[in-house]
Amino acid sequence: MTSGTGIPIPVAAAGGASRAPSKAAGGRRDSFQKRLLIHGVLIIASLMAAFPIVRVLSIALRPSNALLERDFRLIPENATLDSFGHVINGTSLPQWLFNSLIITVGTSLVGLVFAATSAYAFSRYKFPGRGIGLTALLATQLIPATMLLVPIFILAVQLDLTGTYRGLVIAYSVTSVPFSIWILKGYYDTVPIELEEAARIDGASQLGAFWRILLPLSAPALAIVFLFNFLAAWNEFVLARVLIGSSTELFTWPLGILRFQAQFQTQWGDLAAASILVSIPIVALFLYSSKWLISGVTLGGVKG
Amino acid sequence: MNFDQSASALQEIVLTLVVIAVAVAALEGFLYLVLVRWIKARLAVPLMLIAPAFVGLLLLIAYPLLWELNVSFTNMSLRRFCAPDFPTAGLLTECKGESMFVGAENYIKVFTTPVLQQAGFFQVLWQTVLWTVLNVTMHVAGGLGLALLLHRQMRGKGIYRALIVLPWAVPQIVALAVWRTELHGEFGMVNQLLDMVGVTGPSWLTDPTWNFAAMVLVNVWLGIPFMMVILLGGLQSIPGDLYEAAEIDGASSRQSFRHITLPMIAPVLTPAIILGVVWTFNNFNVPFVLNQNELETSDTLVTGLFRAAFQYNRYGFAGAYAFAIFAVLLLFVIFYVRRSGALKSANE
Repeated sequence: MTSGTGIPIPVAAAGGASRAPSKAAGGRRDSFQKRLLIHGVLIIASLMAAFPIVRVLSIALRPSNALLERDFRLIPENATLDSFGHVINGTSLPQWLFNSLIITVGTSLVGLVFAATSAYAFSRYKFPGRGIGLTALLATQLIPATMLLVPIFILAVQLDLTGTYRGLVIAYSVTSVPFSIWILKGYYDTVPIELEEAARIDGASQLGAFWRILLPLSAPALAIVFLFNFLAAWNEFVLARVLIGSSTELFTWPLGILRFQAQFQTQWGDLAAASILVSIPIVALFLYSSKWLISGVTLGGVKG
Repeated sequence: MNFDQSASALQEIVLTLVVIAVAVAALEGFLYLVLVRWIKARLAVPLMLIAPAFVGLLLLIAYPLLWELNVSFTNMSLRRFCAPDFPTAGLLTECKGESMFVGAENYIKVFTTPVLQQAGFFQVLWQTVLWTVLNVTMHVAGGLGLALLLHRQMRGKGIYRALIVLPWAVPQIVALAVWRTELHGEFGMVNQLLDMVGVTGPSWLTDPTWNFAAMVLVNVWLGIPFMMVILLGGLQSIPGDLYEAAEIDGASSRQSFRHITLPMIAPVLTPAIILGVVWTFNNFNVPFVLNQNELETSDTLVTGLFRAAFQYNRYGFAGAYAFAIFAVLLLFVIFYVRRSGALKSANE
């Protein structure tokens, strides 16, 4: 349901990153002018991509009386870590991050278990409704998350699930399951079934073969799915806004960040410092994992 | 960080997870008794494996959708707030003794009255289509261009790639909150930079046209890296011999792009475009955060839906509106499936 909101899906070419062609893709060696042009374009693109982010860092380093000044230096005059200190000690950001972390880790694990077992059934068994089920899973990805907000909100009010984490935990546990099933099913399909059959001959039960043979072999895919679930729940915002309501102590971090970016008076220093603190672990995780993670999209998500 | 608050949050979350675990165990136990012991079904194992996810999706997606369909035929609002007697939900037709069934009225209203206060459904639909087409076109053009440039042996390739991927790696809400601030007419980076080259920047946050332009620009900034990485993966899977053979046969680089590169990355490009269309069409965060629910003229269908439901609290109307959006998406998908015969692999 929320996978459509631009969550970073870990994608890298399957083993392709290491074998760059020795020449340009066209098969010819590039002339000097052409190389100059290519580097020029790439430098401009890199600047456009990175500059807004670097600038946030420079704003986070500004003293509080210079937040709105026009200044494009990377390290501002009188640079200080005061904004970071204030965000950590003077706001609820640590609380929000803690809330997000426990919700996200817990629900990602539940989602992983649901997906790992269902994907096994879809990969290794033929049963009536299997094709329809897989198509239906794909179809759920079309439904805008916003469409489900109205009934989920009304049901949550009815069941007294607003203003608590209960509704949110249940929802997050399930939202990423369809996409995860597709990724895992695609991966299971590539593992030779003979391995499990051999284990069965040696006396393992069907589920024993799944547990002892297939799951360990699928560790990379399980890691992708966990990461995918994690990022989806970590970055989710609308459902949390609707279900948690207005008590700031219960906020997850996206709600908190938007609180800093208040409608009329942005607390620029807080927002910048908090943005940096929240982003660093995610960006590091992302850049690290994109090196080895195999594309979730090509692995089955949209094989059609 | 408040210790009591953290402890109670932790307790509540762990408790919920335990409840989920117990519910799953109960479900599996029930299925075991029925399928294995009682009817001795041959397919007991796969059914039991799928059951938790199936029930979860039923509860989170199917049941709410059915229920929303019901709500869309009523005039439920904040004042008339009645939910069905859970879980024995029959059809909801009256509230506190008063009939709230209005038939197809909401569906007629969706198309005839201004959806919100100013913008009618078809205007918002047009905005959404424009938003989707502009974004996906620029994502593909920018992503393909950068992927082609990066697909060669060169110095600094890894650095370029890491820098260009940054907008995708940063949490989206962070990027959007920062962009919203940077688009401020006076203190934002964008207008300060424009001012330095002697251009008076527009008011990105209050002028309808420029607000829409800002949404598109920011979403293009956010979306190009994804497309680039996917297409780079596609390019890398093309065997180099093809280009060598083409070169020997005297093909120009334009010809090898047209006749080798494009057909070879089509299996990656086509699904990426389809995903891009659906994701952009359904994108809530970008229009919502950049516009802060202020200008109706910047609404896309999904933010319009949110406004109808949670700003004006017209739940019945919002339900009908949601199904109108769903119909648009469904038409697109049917069109696509007809054209390409996709989803074939689902039935392998």
